[in-house]
Amino acid sequence: MIAVISLTALGVALGLGLGLAARFLRVEQDDGLASEIEAMLPGSQCGQCGFPGCGPAAAALASGNAPVTLCPPGGSALVRQLADKLGVEAVTSGMKESVPMLAVVEEELCIGCTKCFRVCPTDAIVGAPKQIHNVLREACTGCGKCVDVCPTMAVNMTPMPVTLQSWIWHKPAVAA
Amino acid sequence: MNILNHPIIRRTMVRWGVHPDARKQATSPQDIERLPLPAILHIPLLQHSGAPAKPVVSVGQHVLKGELLGARQGNISAPVHAPTSGTVVAISDYPAPHPSGLGVLSVSLEPDGEDRWIECAETDPFSLTPAQIAERVSAAGVVGMGGATFPSSVKMLLGQRSQVHTLLVNGSECEPYLSCDDRLMRERAAKIIEGIRIVLHAVGAKKALCGIENNKPAAIEAMRRAAAEVPAIEVIALPTRYPMGSDRQLIHVLTGQEVPSDGRSADVGVLVHNVGTLYAIQQAVRFGRPLISRVVTVAGGAVARPRNLEVLLGTPARLLVEHCGGLRETPARLLMGGPMMGLQLPSLDAPIIKGSSGILALGAHEIAKEQPSPCIRCGQCVSACPMNLMPFEMSANIRVGELDAVQGLKDCISCGSCSYVCPAHIPLSHYFDYAKGELTVRERGKLRQESIRQLTSARKTRLEQEAREKAEAAARRKAERERAKATAAQGKAS
Amino acid sequence: MIHASHAPHAHAPTSISRVMWLVIAALVPATLFSIWLNGWPALLLWAVTVGSAVFAEFFCLRLAQRPAAPVLSDGSAVLTGWLLALSLPAWAPWWIGALGAFFAIVVVKQVFGGLGQNLFNPAMAARVMLLIAFPVELTTWVQPAPLFSADALSLSQSFALTFLGQMPSSFDALSGATTLGHIKTELTRDISVVQALAGHGQSMSASLFGLHGGSLGETAAMLLAAGGLALIALRVISWHIPLAVLAGVALPALLLHAHDPARYLDATTHLLSGGLILGAFFIATDPVTSPGTPRGQLIFGFGIGLLTWLIRTYGGYPEAVAFAVILMNALTPVIDRYVRPRIYGHASKAASKKGAAS
Repeated sequence: MIAVISLTALGVALGLGLGLAARFLRVEQDDGLASEIEAMLPGSQCGQCGFPGCGPAAAALASGNAPVTLCPPGGSALVRQLADKLGVEAVTSGMKESVPMLAVVEEELCIGCTKCFRVCPTDAIVGAPKQIHNVLREACTGCGKCVDVCPTMAVNMTPMPVTLQSWIWHKPAVAA
Repeated sequence: MNILNHPIIRRTMVRWGVHPDARKQATSPQDIERLPLPAILHIPLLQHSGAPAKPVVSVGQHVLKGELLGARQGNISAPVHAPTSGTVVAISDYPAPHPSGLGVLSVSLEPDGEDRWIECAETDPFSLTPAQIAERVSAAGVVGMGGATFPSSVKMLLGQRSQVHTLLVNGSECEPYLSCDDRLMRERAAKIIEGIRIVLHAVGAKKALCGIENNKPAAIEAMRRAAAEVPAIEVIALPTRYPMGSDRQLIHVLTGQEVPSDGRSADVGVLVHNVGTLYAIQQAVRFGRPLISRVVTVAGGAVARPRNLEVLLGTPARLLVEHCGGLRETPARLLMGGPMMGLQLPSLDAPIIKGSSGILALGAHEIAKEQPSPCIRCGQCVSACPMNLMPFEMSANIRVGELDAVQGLKDCISCGSCSYVCPAHIPLSHYFDYAKGELTVRERGKLRQESIRQLTSARKTRLEQEAREKAEAAARRKAERERAKATAAQGKAS
Repeated sequence: MIHASHAPHAHAPTSISRVMWLVIAALVPATLFSIWLNGWPALLLWAVTVGSAVFAEFFCLRLAQRPAAPVLSDGSAVLTGWLLALSLPAWAPWWIGALGAFFAIVVVKQVFGGLGQNLFNPAMAARVMLLIAFPVELTTWVQPAPLFSADALSLSQSFALTFLGQMPSSFDALSGATTLGHIKTELTRDISVVQALAGHGQSMSASLFGLHGGSLGETAAMLLAAGGLALIALRVISWHIPLAVLAGVALPALLLHAHDPARYLDATTHLLSGGLILGAFFIATDPVTSPGTPRGQLIFGFGIGLLTWLIRTYGGYPEAVAFAVILMNALTPVIDRYVRPRIYGHASKAASKKGAAS
């Protein structure tokens, strides 16, 4: 009987303690966090996450209303950073196999309208009016905004090609 | 501790490594044979570590033997030359001798059968300055021929800068099956010795230690005889133990020094060159001949008549195997290099490159094929690891994706000793190469993210500036208009 | 595309099943000797224990819906059962062996995730469980009655003994205690070690050749040591753990025996009694539950030896190897965490500390 009472008392006391701790020691999530997260995001305002831009996306992340995997241009590196920052598990498996994408301009179709490079958030497209535009591989984030505005469908997204220098060994396919 | 570091103890009691079955007797007794001129050569422009060479010829152009096909670009790179005279028929992607099967930009050359050299005059190497020697080695496209394919001239310049006192000559050839270095030392010892003297001269080193595993007594004998009159060169018999041919292990066994984890061999005052590289350096500096051929061991249970061949770079591996009597059984695995570190070839169409020490066609009984079972933590991998890592723990972390918890990954030399001894047949070194690649990708991702952020902010400032300029221009125009209006009004008023 | 195979493409002629079966082979001579020495009941108990271990493994694999054949053929369950059988009194009833084997395989090994995942040595954990739960059955020793000798049990008597618990009426030799047990008892009666040893009437050669009572594998010290040395020669086990275990027992025994021979047993008796030789060569060397680095193995082994000596000398149980092994098993992850080889090209910890301080 004493055992039952003492255990119950112990349970109640500890439960109360936990409840109080949750109430009073809660980590305040303020705008500071959101702006820190915004600094981590690419800042290209590409909108691939479904939010109007990186600021709203950061706010959603800070309030826990968006998954850390929301940003395709950031890639898995960003997922890990965000997961560290927010103290959550980095689950990259739920993410679409994030092969880096690259915009490619088809020379036969490009009419040199300059629409694409005016929307490009990283100035990755070079060219002048009435000239074929070209994409700088290093600067392209694969956001696809140029694809949407191209009037002749001359811009396509293709996976970044694998070369001898970028090829890596696959993970050993072993159950053990 | 000092006693343990005594040369006699150090060079006999090697505690790391493994003892794979050497299987060199099939090829080592036979002379090097020259492969007849092939009908077509596919010469990759990337045969070395670093940036690929840039093509300087065009399709249809006729080239002489030794003529430049691709120029080096960037600090770490090497030029590529025509292995024979003939016509360039294509400059396009051709499957690389690499497990990925990916293409690499290659020059396809149709030999004209004349095999006519460009003009190259003989020079006395010892009348040249160290800088001139390095320049010749660089222009000849010499790279490390033991398999690492690091440009030799870069190594040499590094040696000149960091006061190297000892040249270590790597004649250990610890990979099973391979005997190309063994044959080279037996047949061309004098030229290798001259190569050693050239490098000593070029980097200002005082002595050279030539390490050869004691399972090659004839090579040791030949090298000792050739070096008899050069007191600066000492030929040392080493215990037969894989991976004796790894730079860091060879340095420790020969000199007792350890290269710091984040350093280079030059940091401990030594420079390591493979015997094949020294031969190529001698040819380049004395005769001005670029690196266009090499000795390749063709062996393995599936090869009818295994032997060593001297082969032009770019020769498809198939021709080598055919010259050795073809295949007597369907090979279970095709390799470029040895069985411990060699790369699996997607097909025999792959060309010979500067780092190809062997073409192996292994039979089913010669390869590892057991399925992995769980790790029993026996510690065999720990004892075998020449870098003193704990492979079983590292692979366990990698398997569950904890790449940051892996200790010593960047120290791993991918020698494969751990996988070789593992009774559970766990692909340990595969795990490590996977993890190294994955970390590189992450690093690249971080850099990319950083550059994207910079580009975005650059665009923002550009847009702001443009807007500001536009606003200023508009304000100016407005002001002018006002002024004009005011003038007009004044005019009207007056 | 089919993935390319990664190097190395060659492999040493070894596998887990080869390791396990070699260890088993090294146990065969000692086991045969024990069976001869203890008669049919020993054979029956051995068969029941090994059979139960294999069945338990099969049962777990079926439960987990994993293919059983490849796992069973690796020999690890046979070895666990075998080692457990060797650590039991020869005339223990069948259910002791069966229960122990099930506990070892199901609770200690498979619940932790199967081969390679268990923290504790299954055979020793089972033995400890049995010793605590069934002290009478685990400490009932008989004077050996070799097969085909006059007082040996017949096969049918043996069946009755092992499976039905029927003690043959002609037999009342259930008094023989092991050397260590005898001395422990005598010491509590204030009789010195010297007198106790004399009273036990067991010669050194009898210890050496195992002609005395005890568990199956505790008797044939010579044969066990020979098997262990063969395993070292074949590089199936390394010398570090056995040597360290023996040193861990011998060193304190030597010192304190020299100090007070009446109170402390001599080193030779320590080394040859109990399951120490079996433990040093076959149980402590279990790769799964011992550290992976040579230096860690030395620490681990010495710890087992020292604990064995401590428990034998000061503890409540006369036999201590199983406890010592289990205790050191628990320390293995800690040892592996802190005792690591210095990586090539890295400064040693001491040196780097010195460097940081200066």
